[in-house]
Amino acid sequence: MAILSTKDLTIKFGGLVAVDNVSLDVEKGKTLSIIGPNGSGKTTIFNLISGIYKPTSGSIFFRGEPIHGLKPYKVAFLGIARTFQNVRLFKKMTVMENALVGHHPKMQSRFADDLFHTPKKRKEEKEIKRQALELLEMFDLKGYIHEKADNLPYGDQRKLEIVRGLAAEPEVILLDEPAAGMNPRETEDLIRLIGQIKDLGVTVVLVEHDMKVVMDISDRISVLDYGKKIAEGTPDVIREDEKVIEAYLGQD
Amino acid sequence: MEKKSSLRRSIPVAVALIIAFIIPLVIEDEYYLHTFIISGIYVLLVLGLNLILGYTGQLSLGHAAFYGIGAYTSTLLVMNLHFSFWLALPCSGLAAGTAGLLLGFPALRLKGAYLVICTLAFVEIVHQIFMSWESLTRGPMGIPGVPSPQNISIGNILIDFSEKQTYYYLVLVIVLISLLLNFFLIRSKTGRAFIAIREDQIAAGIMGINLTFYKLTAFYSACFLAGIAGSLYVHYIGFVSPESFTLGESINIVVMTIAGGMGTLIGPLIGAIGMTFLLEFMRALAEYRMLIYGIILMVLIVVLPEGAIGGIDILRRNLRKPQKI
Repeated sequence: MAILSTKDLTIKFGGLVAVDNVSLDVEKGKTLSIIGPNGSGKTTIFNLISGIYKPTSGSIFFRGEPIHGLKPYKVAFLGIARTFQNVRLFKKMTVMENALVGHHPKMQSRFADDLFHTPKKRKEEKEIKRQALELLEMFDLKGYIHEKADNLPYGDQRKLEIVRGLAAEPEVILLDEPAAGMNPRETEDLIRLIGQIKDLGVTVVLVEHDMKVVMDISDRISVLDYGKKIAEGTPDVIREDEKVIEAYLGQD
Repeated sequence: MEKKSSLRRSIPVAVALIIAFIIPLVIEDEYYLHTFIISGIYVLLVLGLNLILGYTGQLSLGHAAFYGIGAYTSTLLVMNLHFSFWLALPCSGLAAGTAGLLLGFPALRLKGAYLVICTLAFVEIVHQIFMSWESLTRGPMGIPGVPSPQNISIGNILIDFSEKQTYYYLVLVIVLISLLLNFFLIRSKTGRAFIAIREDQIAAGIMGINLTFYKLTAFYSACFLAGIAGSLYVHYIGFVSPESFTLGESINIVVMTIAGGMGTLIGPLIGAIGMTFLLEFMRALAEYRMLIYGIILMVLIVVLPEGAIGGIDILRRNLRKPQKI
């Protein structure tokens, strides 16, 4: 069964149909990539799934339960994490603090615990700091923990955003154009990184333009154009699909 | 904000504490003691607003309203219902906090300028209520004769709260407790949620932070503190009237918050104490007072948008050698 799926998902902004009856299925452990020309609705779908937008019609299911229209924080609590195309870190916080925020959904501390510095809070803080350090180390960011997030080089900022997303131990992570602005060497690193995410047992859904990355890591690819799904299949199938080629060439 | 050497940090704190405790023993001039007491009350107001503005990033121009609600609540509880000050104090906090929720619930859904306008309207409305509800508040005439907290005798020692020295210590203890709780709150899940909301509200939501809940929490905490400040104020001054709780006063508190340095713990201290003393000394300058105040504001925004703390940071950065990553 699909762990995450959309059914006839549609959103209209005034007269513009940004996403038009799109049905997608994500199977647990299998990487889905969503590709398509600029403006085809890929990021909008992510925004719909993560709760930033409410669909005009259609539905989104996670582990069999409907999640369309839920507020973002509820979607996060259910186990879906997300990164952004233009990295949205908490700039004035340190790397460590960004990672700690990621643990928010897991934490049991209540306001009174935080205010009065109770043993429960102290114990939990210690534990999540340990977990955050582990994750930062796994992604080679340990050297930066006291640096302000916006001081990091771009590639590391992207990594940090992913770490922040993984901190809550999500089941699914939505990566929005993680390879944007990366050189070939960084792209290689990214491919390895996504492999590490998969090893952690997290299902990856990718929106990407970089075909090397897409072809390398995807189990399935869905292609969008003008908000509609025009093709779907394994990388080999998509590579040959006429409609896909036309959609991309048509952009010239 | 994770500092490496906690010993290095403890020493200036210890020194500051010692100084704070010996001030009334060393300074006999009642005028200075008075100014310190008033600054202490402002510290509570600024600490609260700092939670809303400095940490959570929401601008509220309504803070004087909660200050006033605390003041009037305490007055009425003590004078009409014969509460003891010690009970009225937390009740004032609760009353102001609850009022904060009443405003916050609708207002915090609004973004940016709309939130500000809403809070501005609120302080005006509350001020008007103080002015008009004469049967309760005696309107513009105010309520005189607000008693100071009842004297406490411990053995041979009489603690007389009508004495400035004693009141100073009362305010000091409450300020210290508030600072400590604030310190704990910021280094916690809740504190990080506040800052995340300030930095990037959408990303914060994606991280699982319930925006409405945390904004309301910051608002409630801030208003509770304002209520406490209001209670401390009336039982010191002995008089309560609507003219102390206006939009101008809200702006005053906002300026202190920004001037000291938002989003830090020391900032409110510098802002509140510094500006209270500055305003007191400028009384002598009469007409020029507001002019100078305005000039200070403009200079601040342009040169030191991060306030005094920002200025110190800039100095520190320039004195240090560039660090290698």
